[in-house]
Amino acid sequence: MNIKNYITLDFPSNSANEAFARAAAAAFAAQLDPTLEELGDIKTAVSEAVTNCIVHAYPNELGRVRLRLRILDEDTLDITVRDWGVGMDNVRQAMQPLFTTGGEERSGMGFTIMQSFTDTLHVRSEKGKGTTVSMRRRIFRRGRHG
Amino acid sequence: MNISTAYASGRLTIYLGGELDHHAARETMQSITELLDEYLPRECALDFSGLRFMDSSGVALIVRVSRRMRELGGRVWIENPAGQTRRVLEAAGVERLVQVAAIGGKT
Repeated sequence: MNIKNYITLDFPSNSANEAFARAAAAAFAAQLDPTLEELGDIKTAVSEAVTNCIVHAYPNELGRVRLRLRILDEDTLDITVRDWGVGMDNVRQAMQPLFTTGGEERSGMGFTIMQSFTDTLHVRSEKGKGTTVSMRRRIFRRGRHG
Repeated sequence: MNISTAYASGRLTIYLGGELDHHAARETMQSITELLDEYLPRECALDFSGLRFMDSSGVALIVRVSRRMRELGGRVWIENPAGQTRRVLEAAGVERLVQVAAIGGKT
């Protein structure tokens, strides 16, 4: 695995930072020359993962969210969204379509959308310790040389 | 989020513009609820042509608007989703719940 470039951003779980996080991800991904559709997919996946931290990881307080973006092997964007919040006992259940503990303001489709818009999705979580969501998305080369 | 409306013969069209994420969703839902209570429409069209971004928070909003329209004895559909918004609607399977119409489309 060859890491060509990376950034790490830490920010508080303030919902105003959702738009910032996905815009930052899109700006970083631009060096892979993605299509508009690929950029939209990356923004969506990041928005879902960061929103989960804000809604679920820190339900009653502001906590730290870390967004790490890496470019692997020339053409793959690696996205990691980490929190140190409440964590989950049952990751498999949380990932089921329509499952949510967030009430009527949440659709339960966040992980389904992350899965649809990325190539791989891994979720690690421990109750009381936090959650790490890792996603990878290959950006296809379009007429690039060298 | 920008919201504007058009009303004619029982049909309320709500135009959403901007980015519909978790941060924007609560205020947007509040505005839509107030509009539905004011107009009590038989039909409600959510026009997404001005929406640049939407995530699953928007899906939850659509479900709530659909529920409210059923309570009012009416129905809701989505018009003119483009690009990223359309892909999210498809990934979430929204068309199984609410009709999604193309540009200029009715039912």
